[in-house]
Amino acid sequence: MLTFIENWIKSSALEVQEYVLMVRAAVAGIFTPPRYKYDIVEQFDVIGVGSLTVVLLTGFFTGAALALQSGLTLDQFGGRSVVGRLISASMIKELGPVLTALMLTGRVGSGIAAELGSMVVTDQIYALRALGTDPIRKLVVPRLLAGFLMAPVLTIISDFVGIVGGWIVAVFQLQIASGVYWSSVTQALYTQDVWMGLIKPFVLGFVIVTTACHVGLRTKGGTQGVGEATTVAVVTGSVAVIAVDFFVTKILIATMY
Amino acid sequence: MDIETTQTAEEILSERGAPVVMFDQVQLAFDEKVVLKNISFTLISGHTKIILGASGSGKSTILKIITGLLRADKGVIWVNGERVDELSEREMMNVRTDLGMIFQEGALFDSLTVRENVGYKLYEESDMPIEEAHRRVEEVLGWVGLGAYIDRMPSELSGGQRRRVAIARAMAFKPRILLYDEATTGLDPITATTVDEEIIKLRDLEHVSSIVVTHQLRDAFYVATHMAERDEKGNVRIVPATPEKEREAEFIMIREGVIVFEGDADALRTSTDPYIQTFLS
Repeated sequence: MLTFIENWIKSSALEVQEYVLMVRAAVAGIFTPPRYKYDIVEQFDVIGVGSLTVVLLTGFFTGAALALQSGLTLDQFGGRSVVGRLISASMIKELGPVLTALMLTGRVGSGIAAELGSMVVTDQIYALRALGTDPIRKLVVPRLLAGFLMAPVLTIISDFVGIVGGWIVAVFQLQIASGVYWSSVTQALYTQDVWMGLIKPFVLGFVIVTTACHVGLRTKGGTQGVGEATTVAVVTGSVAVIAVDFFVTKILIATMY
Repeated sequence: MDIETTQTAEEILSERGAPVVMFDQVQLAFDEKVVLKNISFTLISGHTKIILGASGSGKSTILKIITGLLRADKGVIWVNGERVDELSEREMMNVRTDLGMIFQEGALFDSLTVRENVGYKLYEESDMPIEEAHRRVEEVLGWVGLGAYIDRMPSELSGGQRRRVAIARAMAFKPRILLYDEATTGLDPITATTVDEEIIKLRDLEHVSSIVVTHQLRDAFYVATHMAERDEKGNVRIVPATPEKEREAEFIMIREGVIVFEGDADALRTSTDPYIQTFLS
């Protein structure tokens, strides 16, 4: 039993150490040459443009469902007209960043882990190194930049379509005047809320991509190992998103409000 | 005492007979499992070292240590005059400019075309003008007889073609040392012979020093006992090697991380060691 715990602690410490080393090398790779420009542009397309559909759909239906649910609750207090306030606050501060991040974990995190994992088990990572390329600079840095910078952009889009989804439900289902909805949306927004909604996705994008890259590059075994890496990347990424969101929220509330 | 000429290290290393790879008492273990134990050998410039052994005996590990993909626990390793066991990953990049490695199964980048695979180092890691890089890629693909496949994806190639593309990729930047990791494993005898002939041609016509890791005896002996030469019309022919040439191919047999034999093809054939006899039978 003691050996099992000892091994678990050792392997966990090793994973943390390898993760920190990879992140350090990747951050250094952003600021020092060589940089692989084509790969960076490609990853912005894959992670940013490629995730647009899923983020649009998720944001829209989340806003719409939120309007339906909050409409019912607010009716009990005669506050149906302030549904826009609730939707904008929820979407911008919490649901937009977290749901976008979870969608990115499912779509991008799994893709990165599977792609890098396949490269590991087919010796392509060794081949890259043998050909004089640093895999961190070639594979991790472009994904890190794209994840870090595109997550906020996707979150803003998700927030917007979520509020639009809420507006459609508010107007056609809850029979609230369009003007009332939009003025309610802006009334509830404070500068701190907007900052919180903008800062979170940077951190979450960073966490998703670095977790997936780490898991992918540590893949062991054959195709089964790639499958396991993909699952681990999604599960770890999703849990990390929720946990990191909590801590970032706590820090931001303590510093900004 | 007058010294008329002074040779640079590079000139000395490029001479025939110079040691280009040297292992001295190299050891490696993964946790409790000892993979290599006191491995020592020298590869001479222009020669071939053929490393034989059963699967899991540590053959491929030796190639990965030479290229710095794995780190030895103990021992001294010299590659092209550099003591690589002391170099960082960044410093190893310079050593790798003169090392080409052909991986088991090819390890081609499956998202890139044959052209992009073969020219990877030229396009991504060198300042070579793009037109010149294109020309070099076409030249090496022609050399391995795959010029017509330049725009194909690796998934569209057969196993033998993938290995030949891997050879073309490794030779595109003209390294002086080529390392072959099970380059013919899993191939039919005819395709395997084609790959063997590429190894022979690179050794004898391009003067590349090579280390061939394999457990395919037929291919090991074919590479050791044949040589490439050009006839009067410039055509390349593969012919039986002269006794001198045959002695330039040295065999090493590894068993559970330990060298159990070192010598030429004749010495290997006549060995009385029971393990070697079983392996050869």
